[in-house]
Amino acid sequence: MKLITAIIKPFTLDDVKSALEQLGVLGMTISEAQGYGRQKGHTEVYRGAEYAVDFVSKLRVEVLTDDASADKVVEAIVTAAQTGKIGDGKVWVTPVEQVIRVRTGERGADAL
Amino acid sequence: MEGNTAWLLTSAALVLLMTPGLAFFYGGMVRSKSVLNIMMMCFGAIGLIGVLWVLYGYGLAYGDDVGGLFGWSNDLLGITGLLDFDPEADPTGGTVDVAFQAMFAIITVALIAGAIADRARFGPWLLFAGLWATLVYFPVAHWVWGDGGWIGEMGALDFAGGTAVHINSGAAALALAIVLGKRKGWPQEPMKPHNLPFVMLGAGLLWFGWFGFNAGSAYAADGVAGVAFVNTVTATCAAMLGWLLVERVRDGKPTSLGAASGIVAGLVAITPSCAFVDTWGALAIGFLAGLICPLAVALKYKLGYDDALDVVGIHFVGGWIGTVSLGFLSTARVVPDGVDALFYGGGAGQIWPQVAGALGVSVYSFVAALVIGLVIKKTIGFRVDEDVEIAGIDEAEHAEVGYEFGFGRGGRSGGSSIAAASKKLEESTA
Repeated sequence: MKLITAIIKPFTLDDVKSALEQLGVLGMTISEAQGYGRQKGHTEVYRGAEYAVDFVSKLRVEVLTDDASADKVVEAIVTAAQTGKIGDGKVWVTPVEQVIRVRTGERGADAL
Repeated sequence: MEGNTAWLLTSAALVLLMTPGLAFFYGGMVRSKSVLNIMMMCFGAIGLIGVLWVLYGYGLAYGDDVGGLFGWSNDLLGITGLLDFDPEADPTGGTVDVAFQAMFAIITVALIAGAIADRARFGPWLLFAGLWATLVYFPVAHWVWGDGGWIGEMGALDFAGGTAVHINSGAAALALAIVLGKRKGWPQEPMKPHNLPFVMLGAGLLWFGWFGFNAGSAYAADGVAGVAFVNTVTATCAAMLGWLLVERVRDGKPTSLGAASGIVAGLVAITPSCAFVDTWGALAIGFLAGLICPLAVALKYKLGYDDALDVVGIHFVGGWIGTVSLGFLSTARVVPDGVDALFYGGGAGQIWPQVAGALGVSVYSFVAALVIGLVIKKTIGFRVDEDVEIAGIDEAEHAEVGYEFGFGRGGRSGGSSIAAASKKLEESTA
């Protein structure tokens, strides 16, 4: 099993979600995140005082999947979240040792 | 006659609304961890000053003159002497005036709070508010508006409170910002406004209430009130445009905070002159305030005083602009006791009383606030501890938080503490 984590621009969430639904992905977790990469931050001005804001608001999408579908899920997210402009985000894949569904106690692929 | 009474009572309610409006204006500008404290400093001023005003404040301001410095009449204690009245003879006098003027005392005190946002303890603030109102606002209102007050006697013009309200509170704000010292991390750390829509809402409520403040000060539902009302639109709009122009040229973008600030700067500047100037005067005063106040705000970075929400830059400087401009732009066309000033063929004679009144109030209010503030600081302490300031003042001073958005706060996760609270209730009623 794999955990796919994607950092995306917030406004691409709907596209990413429907792309994943079309693939038959049954669940996902999202959270608000702040960070920067090549894009760096921006400048805000309040009554003439300039503040450099380093961290940019992003969304973190987390999807658990079986090994076979991982590549397809990654592909779907990258396609849906891509605008071609700087700051589109990143996707990475990590191996997962065990998954348990809390309600039933099912383990492994059954719990996905 | 009854129409005048109706307008005065309506205006009083409008002016009261300014202080909750100010709470939103200020509240949006602080960081989210201390939003309740600044709003409570404003609301606290309503409670305390509203009581002091009827007990003895009105008497100190509008009682029989004592040496041009303050008023006093025994029957004004608790305003009992005003409760037997002849409604035919004086429809806007008596308690109607008490109600209207109470709201001016309240907002003048509340304005000061902006300078010490994020770091003042609530109890010492209330103590300061009561002492400053007693020793400064009530007498200064007498100086400017009371029968025999020295600023009024000198011939200085202040229609609705440029000197008594804005210069007065601005000077006290500067003193308190110095007494309390800088917020931790200022000016290196960013201290961004946490809710600009609140600031816009507050500016809107202030403007709405300000029509009572300015047009109500005509003490009649008549054409003078109409002029004051129109000028309160004209100057304020010009000031907003001026402030946005400065931002566009200096900072690159016109901001919503700039629009809200420009509105307040314009309202402040037109306050002393709203029935004494014509349309050209109102446009000039408003635009000037819109250009100068944003530059004045930047002074705190140069001089190093942490006037957190720019009470000095907007109210002190804006009050001076409006008060002194009367020496040049006042015209006798509108009110019967108006004066033609320098630009209207009346000579330079009006400049001196305007400057002298403003200077007198600036110095007195600054020194008095400095002394009261220092006494509180040395005795019971004025400022919160450093760890409280870092964590946010709301929980430490009020045992509340402004927003329940974070994890572990909303919904079911609060269940255990609700259970504990209801258990406490059961025990106390058993």
